[in-house]
Amino acid sequence: MRKLLFESLIQAPLTEKAPAIDDAALAELGAAFERVVRRRLGRSLSIRQVDAGSCNGCELEINALSNAFYDLERFGLRFVASPRHADVLLVTGPVTQNMREALDRTYRATPDPKWVVAVGDCARDGGVFAGSYAVAGGVGAVVPVDLHIPGCPPSPVQILQGLLALLAPERATTKA
Amino acid sequence: MSMLSDLLEEGRLAAQHRPWPRIDVDASVWRVAAERLGAGQLTLLGLWGEPLRVHMALLDEAAGEIAVLSIDASSGRFPAISPFHPPAIRLERAIKDLFGLEPEAAMDRRPWLDHGRWGVAAPLGQAVALSVSPAPYAFLPAEGESLHQVPVGPVHAGIIEPGHFRFSASGETVVRLEERLGYVHKGIEGLMRGADLERAAKLAGRTSGDSAVAYGLAFARAIEAALGIEAPARAIWLRALMAELERLANHFGDIGAICNDASFSLMHAHCGVLRERALRAASAAFGHRLMRDCIVPGGVAVDLSPPGIVAIEALLREAQQRFPGLIELYDNTASLQDRTVGSGVLRPDLAAQYGAGGYVGRASGRSFDARRRPGYAPYPDLDFTVPMRSDGDVNARVWIRIREVEQSLGLIAQILKRLPGGPIRTALPQAPGSCEGMALCEGFRGDILVWLRLDGEGKIERCHLRDPSWFQWPLLEAAIEGNIVADFPLCNKSFNCSYSGHDL
Repeated sequence: MRKLLFESLIQAPLTEKAPAIDDAALAELGAAFERVVRRRLGRSLSIRQVDAGSCNGCELEINALSNAFYDLERFGLRFVASPRHADVLLVTGPVTQNMREALDRTYRATPDPKWVVAVGDCARDGGVFAGSYAVAGGVGAVVPVDLHIPGCPPSPVQILQGLLALLAPERATTKA
Repeated sequence: MSMLSDLLEEGRLAAQHRPWPRIDVDASVWRVAAERLGAGQLTLLGLWGEPLRVHMALLDEAAGEIAVLSIDASSGRFPAISPFHPPAIRLERAIKDLFGLEPEAAMDRRPWLDHGRWGVAAPLGQAVALSVSPAPYAFLPAEGESLHQVPVGPVHAGIIEPGHFRFSASGETVVRLEERLGYVHKGIEGLMRGADLERAAKLAGRTSGDSAVAYGLAFARAIEAALGIEAPARAIWLRALMAELERLANHFGDIGAICNDASFSLMHAHCGVLRERALRAASAAFGHRLMRDCIVPGGVAVDLSPPGIVAIEALLREAQQRFPGLIELYDNTASLQDRTVGSGVLRPDLAAQYGAGGYVGRASGRSFDARRRPGYAPYPDLDFTVPMRSDGDVNARVWIRIREVEQSLGLIAQILKRLPGGPIRTALPQAPGSCEGMALCEGFRGDILVWLRLDGEGKIERCHLRDPSWFQWPLLEAAIEGNIVADFPLCNKSFNCSYSGHDL
């Protein structure tokens, strides 16, 4: 173990530069977001991930955000275990009828102010699963959504671009 | 005489069912099959419904034979398998929920996938509209002095899929775990009905996101079997390359995540790097990190480019250089071994009874691997071994993954060296009327079964996708018994069953 730890000390880090912030995400968030976030939360956000019916592809890429290449926590973003500790709900999947209540209750357990980020094509409108008897629709069909990150699944870079938009509200105002 | 071949003479052979026979049988033959399952002479590969029929896929492991038995259920009932063979319990409950067919004398009559929230009963059968009425679920009792219950989920603390676990514990010790699943039921088999092949392949590839390649492969092979065609040689080899890359990425991720659940984050960090390298190599080679939609009926959608080959070769070099050090780290860290050795033991007799596939079966003495048997191209031409252990604990499941990583690295090197040229996709012929196909393919988690019927116009009439998790989830309940509640995440991760693949 010592050898591995020592190697990590002398090697250059694998962590890559932050990607550019997604313009579409900034536009969607708008200026109202800036005032509240900056005042209440500074530049740190706690994220609670909720799988509302995904195929688990989005979860794989969200998990990848914590690996050495993307190192999510350097941006002040971190995943928390309880919605009661969260500022942001990161919701994946079409919302299944069987998860509808659980998602709604998780949303209500999250203290205000809170934001919902819908991740993946299914989370927008149900994606390939739209129209099924077992699917309520996209995340927006059950809780209000502030930001969509498209992709099937979105790559970690795309998810990061979307999440960083949450932390860069001053640029949103200059655009608006 | 094998345990299947005599049964095959007792029914009417379906004309257009490939590659294995399917026969329509009466209740007496159905019962003989159930008894043989109960006696351990046959293994249940799947049990699924249609509006007026129920099918059962059987494997005779000794003879290496596979067959499907079908029984008429136009009366709305069929003889249950579960009184003879408990692994059928959840499958019967799912048939009842989806098709409304009643398993007679079933061991468990509670609903399974249907939580009373669909607004329709028997959605794939008579589809009777209902008001949404979630009824309280009757968990199985655990009785005794000072037992307490711990309900967990469906929303869990980590970044994982939803499901409910009900622990009955005596102090720290788990007396009974009962799973309640179905939360991510999306109705995939309902969406499949009437879908054209392009859409159906997309749906199949999204059954369980971590097995996009394995599902794509199983679905494509079932279509090709139904149509009586073969994909071109280069496509077959590229499919195997994708499948082994997927296995590699998932095993790297799992090995790290299991160690992380034992609070050893160093392994997690290093395995996470290797997983990311594998996904990037896949992206460079095939244009998508999870290789989603890369396998299509008739072949593959993307060819391997020279930069892709370079990326995969770089991955092999890095893995071969770094992985041995990680194995050593795992093997020599006493505090980690203390958590994994002896926890979550799955007894070999249970693994055999449930026909558990993948690392769950292979860590508990069941060596079945669909790449070997029934086997499919190009694996008979490749050199690899199927690792097996019989200690059945978390540690054994880690070691099976470690050995499989080594095998997959070897397989990828062989495939790159011998990859044939030529076309990557063949045009699909017109369906010769109604025809049925089936495939059994080895995903990283175990064998995936796909059974389907095409109508005369080349659309899906019925498609059933059976995830390996169906026969692994119930075993997790057995493996956790007598362990402490705090070891559940560790045991659960070592099984790493799919919620989405199971719930469909």
